[in-house]
Amino acid sequence: MRKLRGSLITVATWVIALLFFFPVAWMVFTSFKTENAAAAIPPTIFTPLSFDQYAAVFDRGMASYLLNSLMASVGSTLIVLLLAIPGAYALSVRPIKRIQDVLFFFISTRFLPAAASIIPVFFILKTLGALDNINAMILLYAAMNLPIAIWMMRSFFSEVPTEIIEAAQIDGANLRTEMTRVVLPILLPGIAAVALICFIFSWNEYFLATLLTTFDARTTPPFLASFVDGRGQFLAVLSAASTLAVMPVVVAGWLAQKQLVRGLAMGAVK
Amino acid sequence: MLARRRALAIGAGLAISAIALSGCSGAGGGGGSAKEVTLTLATVNNPQMKDMEELKGTFEKQNPGIKVNFVQMEEGDLRAAVTADVASGAGQYDIVTVGAYEVPQWGALGWLKDLTPALESDASYDVKDILEPVRKAISVDGKQYAAPFYGESSILMYNKEMFAAAGLTISNNPTWQEVREYAKKLNTPDHAGICLRGKPGWGDLFAPLTTVVQTFGGAWYDENWKAQVNAPEFKEAVNFYVDTLKESGEADPVSNSFTECLNLLQTGKVAMWYDASVAASILEDPKTSAVAGKMGYVHAPTYKTKESGWLWSWNLAVPNTTKNSDAATTFVKWATSKEYQQLVGTTLGWTRVPPGARNSTYSIPEYKEAAKAFAPITLEVMNSVNPVQPGLNPQPWVGIQYVTIPEFQDVGNQVAQLVADAIAGRTTVDEALDKGQVIAQVAGDKQKK
Amino acid sequence: MSTITSPTSGLAGPANPTPPRARDKESISLAGKRKARQARGLVMPALFFSIALTQIPFLVTIYFSFLDWNQLRPNEIKFTGLSNYVTVFTGSEFFSSLVATVTITGSAVILSLLFGLLFAVLLDRKFFGQGVVRTLMITPFLIMPAAAALIWKWSMLDANVGMVNVGLKLIGLPPVAWNTDFPALTIIILLTWQYTPFMMLILLAGLQSQSREVLEAASVDGAGPWRTFQWMTLPHLRQYIEIAVLLGGIMLLQVFDPIAIMTKGTGGTKTLSYLLYERAFIGLDIGQAAAFGVVTVIITIVVATIALRTLFRVFMEGGTR
Repeated sequence: MRKLRGSLITVATWVIALLFFFPVAWMVFTSFKTENAAAAIPPTIFTPLSFDQYAAVFDRGMASYLLNSLMASVGSTLIVLLLAIPGAYALSVRPIKRIQDVLFFFISTRFLPAAASIIPVFFILKTLGALDNINAMILLYAAMNLPIAIWMMRSFFSEVPTEIIEAAQIDGANLRTEMTRVVLPILLPGIAAVALICFIFSWNEYFLATLLTTFDARTTPPFLASFVDGRGQFLAVLSAASTLAVMPVVVAGWLAQKQLVRGLAMGAVK
Repeated sequence: MLARRRALAIGAGLAISAIALSGCSGAGGGGGSAKEVTLTLATVNNPQMKDMEELKGTFEKQNPGIKVNFVQMEEGDLRAAVTADVASGAGQYDIVTVGAYEVPQWGALGWLKDLTPALESDASYDVKDILEPVRKAISVDGKQYAAPFYGESSILMYNKEMFAAAGLTISNNPTWQEVREYAKKLNTPDHAGICLRGKPGWGDLFAPLTTVVQTFGGAWYDENWKAQVNAPEFKEAVNFYVDTLKESGEADPVSNSFTECLNLLQTGKVAMWYDASVAASILEDPKTSAVAGKMGYVHAPTYKTKESGWLWSWNLAVPNTTKNSDAATTFVKWATSKEYQQLVGTTLGWTRVPPGARNSTYSIPEYKEAAKAFAPITLEVMNSVNPVQPGLNPQPWVGIQYVTIPEFQDVGNQVAQLVADAIAGRTTVDEALDKGQVIAQVAGDKQKK
Repeated sequence: MSTITSPTSGLAGPANPTPPRARDKESISLAGKRKARQARGLVMPALFFSIALTQIPFLVTIYFSFLDWNQLRPNEIKFTGLSNYVTVFTGSEFFSSLVATVTITGSAVILSLLFGLLFAVLLDRKFFGQGVVRTLMITPFLIMPAAAALIWKWSMLDANVGMVNVGLKLIGLPPVAWNTDFPALTIIILLTWQYTPFMMLILLAGLQSQSREVLEAASVDGAGPWRTFQWMTLPHLRQYIEIAVLLGGIMLLQVFDPIAIMTKGTGGTKTLSYLLYERAFIGLDIGQAAAFGVVTVIITIVVATIALRTLFRVFMEGGTR
């Protein structure tokens, strides 16, 4: 009886997952159709499939955009980790005055919507001569993701058993050793989780990329948006471009998902 | 021990990455060498521009030392990015694609290079060949600030088979009242009577709607910049539009702009469509359209005026902040020249020649043959519109389906949102237009200085 | 900080180390001071970085908010004091925008939380193809939001071609004109679909960090699955729910892509962030957009402070080691 119930729940889970995933699956399916078939009423299922749309996307030169996205996402994630790990450690393990205010300050930097700050940022970058510059994008994305990283990391650090840290301190470990030898190894899954989330946010960031870059530093999201055609059909080729753009993130997500859940399980919050 | 090595490895990895990253300026490939000029061109993602990017190699071969990088964007993003760049003098773009709405304003502000000398001095360019209404719309005080590569007006497209099945005929210059009747008769469960844009936006819903307003005798402003949004003629026109949509329009009208209606026409789900003339070339392409050969095209429906087509062009302009003014001008001339049209025709196909910019296009024998279903009506309509006074009364700006003032984007947008609410039945047309009047008057007052 | 002081993950720490002997007060405070300095040293880089990159633009934004500056009238920029703020508060759109923001953001947060909880519960067990299902479930969060909005607009919710209407037809219901008749619902559907994976991941972590022994003890004591869920799991999950709502809410507040793509602000979907986008890029009024931005920040600070002080009190303690 138990087994039957278990199987039923498994089937229900699969059905729900497939339904939830359906729009994505349909997008991938559309990417293999012609534009006409993609716009057909009623929607077509049995239609000749081809890689033509993917060829069209590559013809437009997707490689450089993917590379820029990779640089921006990896670069900003590394910077975030470099800053957030010590910072979160301090905020959770070491005594800091006014910890609540510091934490609140960090998260408040995320309250200003991008549309309000983009013109000031545009002017600042223009004055610095840093428009269309991938390094500027890396720094901006790092600043964008830092608050979330600190909040999540802080909770992970809080999860580290007090005994372990105290034991290390009694053993005479200084701060550096305490962090790197004792605490970091326990936290690697949590760090992987935060890194993945920062990577996703940087990879998919669209608004700043569209206005602050032109050609050299152009990332993938503006490239995707450029397929929208005001005087023609574009759904199939856009689906192809979106599928290509999401694949690296899905692969990263698949690889990291075990780490992700374990990491989050180590204490997204305590 | 192991942890220490791991930490060292992580640290080293981070440092190396940081150094590597700081050395990169971006994978797009930085500026060229001293002799080579790289032009950055901001453009919209229309089929004509896609073709231009495909053919840019020809230009680069003919002009060694000049490279052109295309930055394609969706229309709204293009406007935002180019406005921010040109208005702030950032100078990232050497060539910008601007619409007929922006060109006169930016030209008057001194942001765009005056191309008149460059274009007129070259006899082979034949600047007089450009369609007269198009040229008028992008010039200020006789100075032409951009070169058009694409132009469109609006026409009524109808499915001849559906008309024949219903026993209806239509003249070359129908009235709106006639069209509404036809739409009612053609509105069946299989296909809607007419597709009209309903998507909120000054360039979406209000492009056709402004032409309806004007042919009903209304206008956005009178000669003294007094807003006329809740004047009787404006109200009558909007009520007509909204009622026609309710009676015989497509489902979910607030979602629909050009592409959505195009899909419906191509799959035979709607009998008529009032929209841009370029749609005809798409509908006549047998490779992608199920209704190729079945469509008929007539002038935009009228009421109190003789013509009511709109006028829009996409143009290439050179911002004054560019450091490569001469090279940019060379490209602009090349991309809007007669030679370019021949190039498109022979390399990509004659139906892909950009329409609505030059008169001579319509004299090319191969083009006349390939585009015989839609070229005549396009030329006829585009030469018949008058951007100086499209409506019954004189107006203090040049432009048909827009008001050539900076505030119009905002005014048109907000009133369009109100009208969309009326289409959806959330407010009445009267309420919407009364609110719109207030918004429009604020902008009108700014012009009176 | 910790409600449980011993690790639940089964790490074997040294068994009950003796607490440090009581040293005299002076050396405790010296050690304390050194620790405090070290702690500040660790946090400073992040703080400086954040301040430099976010506060400078914010200050510039505040400065712009006092200017009368239309991008297309660059020769008429002038200082105008608080008149932009007056426009913000007296404009007819502000209040309806607040309502729209609360409706759309609130609904999206609540719905994605509920679905996320459901999915997390379903995934919190061993079954065939667990990893695949997990990956399928998080994919909506990985797609670029603008692309997801376009896919939903064209393939799912389109009145003629959309799969949702096709599905409705299959079960005999009439097609729905989603965008025209239910614009707010359209946006909420899309946002919920996108953010459910985010909530699910956090809640799944919470579920998996429950102590198995305690759960088993409860079932041995005769508590059914529903009662266990209600009285043991939910309280444990409370803190996870709080961070999910906080972070998810902040991100949802800033969203405007779906609105720009699908409804363009009609029908009660003009949230504060979309209104701001309109002021900046269609109204081309930099001063007004900046003023809207500052007002949004103030409102968010007020709401977040209330939320953190009253509801999420548990969360903010820390740093006592």
